[in-house]
Amino acid sequence: MAIDRPCGTFDRDYAQDMAIVRTRLQWGLLAAGLAFLFTLPIYSSNHIIHLFNYIGITLIAVQGLNILTGYTGLLNLGQAAFMAAGAYTSGILTAKFGVSFWVALPCSAIVAGLLGLVFGLPSLRIKGFYLAMSTLAAQFIIISAIVNVRPDLTGGWSSLIVPVPKIGDFAFNNQFRMFYLIMPIALLVTFFAKNLVRTGAGRAFVAIRDNDLAAEVMGINIYRYKLLAFFICTVFAGIAGSLWAHWMRAIEPSIFGLHNSVWLLGMVIVGGMGSISGAVFGTIFIRVLDEVAKALVPVISLVFPALSGNISAALSPIFFSIVIVLFVILEPRGLAHRWQILKISYRLNPFAY
Amino acid sequence: MEAALQYVATGLMVGGIYALVALGIVLIYKATGVFNFAIGNMMMVGAFVCWSFMVQFGLEPWLSLALAIGVGALLGWLVNQLTMRPLIGQPVLAPVMVTLALAYFFDGLAILIWGGSIRNFPDFLPGERIHLGPATISSNLMWAFLIAILVFGILVLFFQKSRTGLAMRATAESHLVARARGINVERIFGITWAISAAMATLCGVFLATRMGLEITISMVGLKAFPAVIFGGMESVLGAMVGGLTVGLLENLAGGFISTWFMEVTPYIVLLLVLIIRPQGLFGEKRIERI
Repeated sequence: MAIDRPCGTFDRDYAQDMAIVRTRLQWGLLAAGLAFLFTLPIYSSNHIIHLFNYIGITLIAVQGLNILTGYTGLLNLGQAAFMAAGAYTSGILTAKFGVSFWVALPCSAIVAGLLGLVFGLPSLRIKGFYLAMSTLAAQFIIISAIVNVRPDLTGGWSSLIVPVPKIGDFAFNNQFRMFYLIMPIALLVTFFAKNLVRTGAGRAFVAIRDNDLAAEVMGINIYRYKLLAFFICTVFAGIAGSLWAHWMRAIEPSIFGLHNSVWLLGMVIVGGMGSISGAVFGTIFIRVLDEVAKALVPVISLVFPALSGNISAALSPIFFSIVIVLFVILEPRGLAHRWQILKISYRLNPFAY
Repeated sequence: MEAALQYVATGLMVGGIYALVALGIVLIYKATGVFNFAIGNMMMVGAFVCWSFMVQFGLEPWLSLALAIGVGALLGWLVNQLTMRPLIGQPVLAPVMVTLALAYFFDGLAILIWGGSIRNFPDFLPGERIHLGPATISSNLMWAFLIAILVFGILVLFFQKSRTGLAMRATAESHLVARARGINVERIFGITWAISAAMATLCGVFLATRMGLEITISMVGLKAFPAVIFGGMESVLGAMVGGLTVGLLENLAGGFISTWFMEVTPYIVLLLVLIIRPQGLFGEKRIERI
């Protein structure tokens, strides 16, 4: 991809070729961006930080889904249920058995990952939207199991109260403190995903997506890599779920419904499948769109007073679905592709080629 | 034993409704290769439209049912024209995502227009509870079952005898060949979506008379997916058999194991079918060539 490098930027050795951050300008921007992000709680309101936390947690689940759906080409309509598995593992371990959050977090990642392996098994024989069916089954079976198998532990349909995570005496008990817990994990996950897709495994994923038969002929063990993709995807979901549980401090099954899985998939689509930065764009875009929809509710109820009672529930699904349909029809490669175009046109400026 | 008979009877009747929804999915899949995840929501919108005609405009029940089916068909045709036609030739994820998004669009639309509360749907179907030996069946379930069978029969005749039906079968076989034989494939797509949506409306109305009218009746559409997979994606007969089987298994599991098991049984069946025989009972096994 020489074309998206500015004039005069060459690779002189292997390390330079492999670097994610290449130029001094990029290092500067990265440092400034990180500094801005981590000082954000100092000069912004509770509401903004709440939104950032929400985006951060969602981003973790979306990065997982992006690896599975965007890179490996396997559909997953049950990501929210895997999040629920993580959330409830973490919630039950900390609330009922008094385990520390720092132990519960990896446990929930592993539980979600193992469930992902189980429900990923049909992917050995099927693909396309048949797989969408098997993950849809996962969605309903996992949620139903959470509600019904041990209601004494999970609280059934009502909510499970989850304790505050702590380091020593320092409790992550408000939005600002949770921000410093969620953001580093979200960044680490994004960095991990960015690196993963450059490794052999990442390339195997892309080969399976582009043509699984050809990939198999080239000696890629497609079953192993499909299951690996499922595992990574659901491990991320488990982490996101665990953070969600400790962020909201009360979880109930209804927030991990099918609609949430579809939203997560929508974020992958809007951002651009198979792009790490795309997942970031998509998550931010959809969450901000949701905020806009919420902000528009009073305005629209002024214009159409007859509908006022229903607008708040109706507006965000309508906005979301219209955006998804428009993106799939008009820009199937998503925001990441637009971003590439923008970058290239900037770098080629003032020459038009 | 009596309880078992009751479960079997109810299961078969409910299965009739699933079968009708499954048929709507299979029709579209056969002709256009798109799996319509929004069918449950189209069903729900159709039922609300019928309710509006019946209660808000005070029309005759059967007239409003006919009008609602017309509106449903128009809706299906519009969905095809506006969202599916631009996607012809796109990878499988694109139509899947669009029908999922449409499902949320219809949900939002229904909340906006009719609100989220549960409505009483007037029970316009004549007849009392029917006693079948020791088992009792409510009359609207019986009606739904009979009409499902009737629609199935009409469809089979339609596919065998009518020109449009034959053209639809040809389109299902191969778009290219159908087009080469002078069939307007895009028109067939539109007709298929219209028929499917009309059938969905019919199901929606039956469900609403049985369980009351609410946004969440679209969830029944999700039960039809296991039925479709079980019977085989390409098979009309499979949709029928699959629908009845899922209804039956669901009610037997609900009766003999536990009530919550009833909700997940269709999906466990779905998973097993996908692992053991992905093409379903009557589906075609696809041989892939590079």
